[in-house]
Amino acid sequence: MNSDNILVQASGLRKSFGNVHAVKGVDLNIAAGEIYGLVGSDGAGKTTTMRLLVGALLPTNGEATICGYSVKKQVEQARSQVGYLSQRFSLYEDLTVLENIRFFAEMRGLKPDEWLPRSLEILEFVGLAKFQNRRAGQLSGGMKQKLGLASALVTRPRVLLLDEPTTGVDPVTRQDFWQLIIQLVSAQDSGVSVIISTPYMDEAARCHRIGFMQKGEISVEGTPGHLRNLLNQRILELRGHPLPLLKSISAQTAQVEDVRAFGDCLHLRVKTGQSEAVIKDLEQAIPVGGGNFLGARPIASSLEDVFIYLSEREHEPA
Amino acid sequence: MNLPEPVIVVDHLTRRFGDFVAVNAISFEVQPGEIIGYLGPNGSGKTTTFRMLLGLLTPTQGRASVLGYDVSHQADQVRARVGYMSQKFAIYDDLTVWENLQFYGGVYGITEKTRIAETAELVGLGGQKRVLTRDLSVGWRQRLALGIALVHNPRLLFLDEPTSGVDPTARRAFWDLIYSLAESGVTILVTTHYMDEAEYCHRVAMMRDGNLLALDTPLALKDQFVPGRVWEVYAEPLLDGLHALAQLPGVLRTSLSGDHLRVIAESGLGETEMKRTLNEANIRLTSIQSGEPTLEDVFLNLARN
Repeated sequence: MNSDNILVQASGLRKSFGNVHAVKGVDLNIAAGEIYGLVGSDGAGKTTTMRLLVGALLPTNGEATICGYSVKKQVEQARSQVGYLSQRFSLYEDLTVLENIRFFAEMRGLKPDEWLPRSLEILEFVGLAKFQNRRAGQLSGGMKQKLGLASALVTRPRVLLLDEPTTGVDPVTRQDFWQLIIQLVSAQDSGVSVIISTPYMDEAARCHRIGFMQKGEISVEGTPGHLRNLLNQRILELRGHPLPLLKSISAQTAQVEDVRAFGDCLHLRVKTGQSEAVIKDLEQAIPVGGGNFLGARPIASSLEDVFIYLSEREHEPA
Repeated sequence: MNLPEPVIVVDHLTRRFGDFVAVNAISFEVQPGEIIGYLGPNGSGKTTTFRMLLGLLTPTQGRASVLGYDVSHQADQVRARVGYMSQKFAIYDDLTVWENLQFYGGVYGITEKTRIAETAELVGLGGQKRVLTRDLSVGWRQRLALGIALVHNPRLLFLDEPTSGVDPTARRAFWDLIYSLAESGVTILVTTHYMDEAEYCHRVAMMRDGNLLALDTPLALKDQFVPGRVWEVYAEPLLDGLHALAQLPGVLRTSLSGDHLRVIAESGLGETEMKRTLNEANIRLTSIQSGEPTLEDVFLNLARN
């Protein structure tokens, strides 16, 4: 990877609020054209990391640069390269779509002859061009979110930070939103990086790389495929009935680490290399216990399986 | 064999607001202990349906019975026996967990301390009874909201986007609770915008523009509404690949999925044709592999057609 293409760089980034160490040494290298997903439990430090990168908070220790500008020493230059959409972005409901964008554009220092063509271009991109004169208060939830995105993009930032942007948004709107984000980074010579935090693993799966945050640190980093491989051949789908009985038998079977209901079947997580053995055991134990075994097979692990696995691992002694 | 009485019977249920048909002659039945996912874009009629089934809104036409009571004429009986949890529900931040449960119990005439304590235990808040609600994390707050909906021991539970903004570990713990409630015979209707969550449901209903388009198991929905095969295509440049494949006859839908393309194509269309098309357009193909249909595919197909 060409280091000239690294738009977001962080090393040993730390932030403490009194005795609370929210971010404890985060390293990041994010290239142009990359969508980087930040996932982790509530309180893992995702939002604080974003706020450090956007220059809204000063790091206690460590350094971060945006397009080569230090977020500590060159805050203004760094900020000028960043677009930020926070969890609770606010729009002026009494202003029209275009007036809202104009407000953001002027606040970010765009000149009178620059903001209008830029705003129209960006409204076209997010699909709001024909609603430019509608008051923001009269937009649907999905359209408001697109307006938020447009406002974050109006200065043509090279780094886009999105903090849980799709919470409470329906799948059609989310699909549209993601298509825009992917188009933005995939356009040739786009030179844009996106960092997005999300509690939803189907969204994390669309990122090029994922950083899993735990207690203020990125404990695991990799492509979605790389993360799923952590549990390769370790998730079994078990069919049969009654489910409560199957659940308790599975939980008592050696080499089974985790059991969860999944619609009309169960998903089990087993220790490495134990799939065959566990299937054989269940095939015998379930009829003996008075249940009906219909079948068990290894299935592809999901990012959600991996998330839960990694979260549990944090409780184990190192 | 005696079939159990359905918990919900909906027969051509319709609700109009002026000229606007919010819910259009929908019919379905739900059996005890079922977990039904209720999906649809915003404004498709999900909440209006819920409000009619809760006895909060009178149907314009058709009928619905809930736990054997008619929602139009016996709304009080319905409301006394169903639980409702919504993200927008008011929980008092300056009350403790216990005080919130006690307050909402009182609304339903529940005053016995044993029942309040039982409810706190049930949702895993037994150890946090004295904690102020404002000090709870999002995940714990959501459990309190569930506790409030359960304090009067309802046989039917409506959950409106219960896990919005909650992380996977907390969501998982929440669903463990939902499954154990269902095993004890409680029937659950849940709305969600998240398709991996919809996969947890026994059956899934899809609404659009007031119409109920489908109600079936996740597996059956995928069979029925994702025609053809799913492919994952890794190609460079990605956007050119998207445009080239979108125009190939037999390709039903293409979308960007991070670093690759997701293509749904008629089953007659094979790898060779896609490879040739990309090759002719000077697009470098890294790999092409078969993918799994998801409920999101079902949703997008139904919501857009």
